Formats: sequence, structure tokens, C-alpha cells
Amino acid sequence: MNKPEIYLKNVTKKYLRQPAVENISFQLKGNGVYGVLGENGSGKTTLLKLIAGLLRPSSGTVKVMHRPVSRLSSKDIAYLSDADSLYSFQSAHQLIHFWEKVAPDFSKDKAFSMVRELNLDVNMKIKNLSKGNRARLKLVIALSRQVPVLVMDEPLSGLDPLVREDILKLIVMNADVEQQLLVLSTHEVSEVEAFLDHVIFMKDGKCILEENAEVLREQKGQSLVATMREVLA
Amino acid sequence: MGLTFDNNRPIYLQLMEYLYGQICRTDLKPGEKLPSVRELAVKVGVNPNTVSRTYMEMERKDIVVSKRGQGTFVTEDKTVIQELRQKIADDKIGDFILMMNQIGLKNEEILQLMEQKMASRKEEKE
Repeated sequence: MNKPEIYLKNVTKKYLRQPAVENISFQLKGNGVYGVLGENGSGKTTLLKLIAGLLRPSSGTVKVMHRPVSRLSSKDIAYLSDADSLYSFQSAHQLIHFWEKVAPDFSKDKAFSMVRELNLDVNMKIKNLSKGNRARLKLVIALSRQVPVLVMDEPLSGLDPLVREDILKLIVMNADVEQQLLVLSTHEVSEVEAFLDHVIFMKDGKCILEENAEVLREQKGQSLVATMREVLA
Repeated sequence: MGLTFDNNRPIYLQLMEYLYGQICRTDLKPGEKLPSVRELAVKVGVNPNTVSRTYMEMERKDIVVSKRGQGTFVTEDKTVIQELRQKIADDKIGDFILMMNQIGLKNEEILQLMEQKMASRKEEKE
């Protein structure tokens, strides 16, 4: 696997005339966990979709693995959507076999071993699964892809604290953070605090701070939550 | 395992202090293998890169040795561990005395208080 890299230069995205993301430039290089933090409506999802190639920027350049992103970039990127993205009529078993055909880098063994570990019933239809189990299954699919870049939009939203902890553990155990670059957005800052290598703070479509998490703690002597309160206020 | 982090300080430092504690108490014996990066990350609930950094720092200070393809091991050199224990104790006692002096206690008074406390209290583990 190549060394992961994401590069954004002067990226702006407007919905009609309303800017959602404005003039963002940064470069994420190498492996690690990157957290995109910000309030609702601050442009987190738009930013992640731009990185994943699901949206085209109104202006500016987005490059992943040294190439401008397009729909073809999906071979380098696994994207976990915020919305329900699974076919409700499939069972987990069918879903995994489906993905094995769709994504050449998909590891069926890894998916099945994760499903077994989570005690999910592979024959149950997805529409009959609980919300927590659907979220777990979605994550299993994203984590089973052997790609340099993983993009996760709100993997924790709408779940109870115990499930959230479980999901974070699943990510730590199965994402290869020594090889892969994982970008995730969330507003549960205190819960992901210990898991982030790097943070990107968003406000009103602008990136207001981008820094290594440990450096921030060292320099400011305060937690990311406190830093977030300070910079987003 | 109950390991809660103070999010105001770098996590790798706190993890290092925790492991130093284990090494000094010989819960991790000289020459013993440390848990793998991922294992420890899942156990204490942090990012594997943080654990790598902790191991790297500890290796730089010669407390642990990493062997290619095998993992990370506590040093077999007992004097290094003895020195580490001495250094942590020195630092903590230094801080403590400074603190006591700041609230106006003289050295003899500190000693007296310490003896009283020690007598009424059994040894505790971390």
C-alpha cells in the first residue's frame, strides 16, 4: 500500500450561492487518525465528501494519493456515510458477498471475522437489525477494505455511550493506523479525545485550526474539548 | 483495566508513567515482553500511534528494547530500572517538599507529619 496523502488547496464548495466550505487548504500526510471537529452545519460532511470524491469543489483542488479526486478515487478511499447506506433487504452474509464483488480490495475473511467477534447474526435481514448493529455492520464493511484512506462521516452519531465505546474499539482494533489514514468527523470530542493524532477544527465552513493533538495538549495544557471551546467560541 | 487519562496533559506521557509504575513494581519484570502496540491501545482505549510513541520514548531512555519482529521488551539491565525508580522518587519527593514549604511547613514538621501518616496507614498499591 502506498503512503496515504490528502491535499486540499483553496477549496470552496457552494450549494447554489450558499458557501458550505470556504477556501480550505491543508495537507494530511502519512498514517494516523485525523478528527474533523465542529458544530452542526460547520461544513464537516461537505469537507469529507469533497475528500471522498462524492462532491466536486466549486473551485480549488482536492488531491488524494497525488491525483485529483474523481469517482475513480474510490479505489483508494473507503467512505462511511452518515446516512443509512446498506440495502435493507440483504442479510449481512449477502452484504459481505456483494461487497467482495464490488470492491477488489475487500477482505471477506476480515469482514466475517469481525462479524463473528461482534456476535452479529449473518442471516438476519438488515432491516431487522437494531440501529447499533446496523452502524456496526456499516463499519465492518468500511474497515474490511484494504485502502490507504478511510473517511468516516459521524461514525458515532445517534448511538448510546456503550455502543459508541464499542465502535471506537472496533475501529482501533481493525483499522491499520500504522498504514492507513483515517479521517473521521464527530462532535463527541471528549470520547474520541484519546484516539486522535491530529485535529481539524471547522467553523462556518472555514478550517480555523489544524494541529497535532499531543502538540495542542502540550502547548495549551488543556484538553481538546477546552481548546475547541476556545477556538470555536 | 481502569486507566483514566487527564486530557489536559499529553497522553503518551501519562501512558509512560503508568508503564514506568509497572516496571518499577516489577509487575513487568526485566526482560519481559510488553503488550503489542495494538493490544495495549485497545486495552487502555487510546490510539495505537500514541502507544508507539510511548514505546519509542521509553526506548530512547533505554528502559525498553525493541527487537525487530518480536516486539518490545523491558530492559534486562536492573541498574537502569533502579535508576528510574530513584529518579521518579526524587522528582516526586522534591515536588512534595516544595509544596509543603509553600504552605509554610518547616522540614522537621514535614517529617513529623509524614511519620504520623505512615504509622496510621498501610502500604497501598497504585
